[in-house]
Amino acid sequence: MQTEVTESKKAHQSNDTAVELKGSVFTLPILQIQTTSISDIASELSERLSKALKFFDNAPVVIDLKAISDSTENLDFNSLMQVLSQRHLIPVGVRNGSSQQNSLAISAGLAILKGAFSDRVIEDKKAEVQQTTETNKNPQTSANTEAQTPVRKSKIITTPVRSGQQIYARESDLIIMAPVNHGAEIIADGNIHIYSSMRGRALAGVRGDVDANIFCQSMEAELVAVAGNFRVFEEDMPAEIKSKSVRIHLEGEHLIISEL
Amino acid sequence: MARVIVVTSGKGGVGKTTSSASFATGLAKRGNKTVVIDFDVGLRNLDLIMGCERRVVYDFVNVLNNEANLKQALIKDKHCDNLFVLPASQTRDKDAFTLEGVGRVLDELKEEFDYIICDSPAGIEKGAIMALYYADEALIITNPEVSSVRDSDRILGILAAKSKRAEEGSDPIKEHLIITRYVPKRVEMGQMLSVEDVQELLSIPLLGVIPESETVLSASNSGVPVIHDEMSLSGQAYSDVVDRFMGEELPLRFLEAEKKGLLKRLFGT
Repeated sequence: MQTEVTESKKAHQSNDTAVELKGSVFTLPILQIQTTSISDIASELSERLSKALKFFDNAPVVIDLKAISDSTENLDFNSLMQVLSQRHLIPVGVRNGSSQQNSLAISAGLAILKGAFSDRVIEDKKAEVQQTTETNKNPQTSANTEAQTPVRKSKIITTPVRSGQQIYARESDLIIMAPVNHGAEIIADGNIHIYSSMRGRALAGVRGDVDANIFCQSMEAELVAVAGNFRVFEEDMPAEIKSKSVRIHLEGEHLIISEL
Repeated sequence: MARVIVVTSGKGGVGKTTSSASFATGLAKRGNKTVVIDFDVGLRNLDLIMGCERRVVYDFVNVLNNEANLKQALIKDKHCDNLFVLPASQTRDKDAFTLEGVGRVLDELKEEFDYIICDSPAGIEKGAIMALYYADEALIITNPEVSSVRDSDRILGILAAKSKRAEEGSDPIKEHLIITRYVPKRVEMGQMLSVEDVQELLSIPLLGVIPESETVLSASNSGVPVIHDEMSLSGQAYSDVVDRFMGEELPLRFLEAEKKGLLKRLFGT
């Protein structure tokens, strides 16, 4: 690479910047590999991509090896890349691989991506799980003091929550009786109720309460999250929930949005 | 008791100064002693639209810095006896503003005037905050398009959080919505938000809808607020706005696209 650069510099001596290196951030689809069996991967991919139409045509993808990083069987990267290119995917790198997998990936011409973000998500999830177990424990240990602690009051907001405003209900539920507009953010450690249009971002159970719910009368949100599991909506809000009264809750790690 | 009214929008170019000039003129024409203050220091425009730019000697910043008194800085409008303009400085910047200074000038004005109209600069920076801080009421100027509505929403949030009334916890600022540059035909074609859409998004009471009109531009260029032009639809709409503000109940006008007759359709407008 370096030699190429110097050569091309020579070739373009009149122009002293033939190449410039710059940093940028890209959003890439991630292909999570769950098995070392190339044939299984191939058939699964064919099936999935047939549904995705042309969306993934010539799309660069990152191969995530987390699920098989402990595997003793070696993944055949050359065959894998062949399988991907046959399906018009362009693998650019791998992440979360074991050191052996990484060296195999490099020799197959793939980059190793050490995305800080991927690590952070995993750490966050871990922290959240710890927090949840803690909050789950708390009621048990404090069960006998429960009679003394006052009923937790919900935070009630009666005026519109506007773009740029952020409302946080610490250790309680959040009840909003007016519209939550685009660009507004409402956050609660507990549940969130919106008795009006929900157009902004709503994050319930932000300290890891996986049992938190979001209820709203008209679902038009930009983003909803429960205990860190989030979903963003661009122009793609499914018709069955758009502008409907919905409940949003977690089942496992899946956000379930259902009409009330 | 004098009322301080801020004319604000967040976004630029939506018609704040045009609305300030016409609204203040309308109030004055109905017998209220009115002053309109340009808070857009460094980019002053109000004096142009009011047609008094050549009479500016002292300005708002001079008064704030005690370099001139109010009597010297206030410019009497050439059309209305009850109307005065306090122009912004073109050479200073917004750092000249202090909350105490603005408060002192407003208090002094309150002794003499019924209505004090504060024409806010665009944005949510110091000048805009100064213009809205002491307000009793607010005219929110919005164009029927998403970015303007979003910025108005942001400003409404700031009114509810950063104004004097909000800080003291007294009655909140009374908010009024004015939709400007409305083109019914484009609303019908789905290119523009409808009055209902904007109202639903902002959820504040509607004071009026000003149709887009060439008369606004020519009025601004000639320095005569468009409300003086009784033939112009925009002028009539501003008149309605002032009447509604004074408590009259009037139906909304100019919301329907003009139906073109056969001849007009054949030969154009």
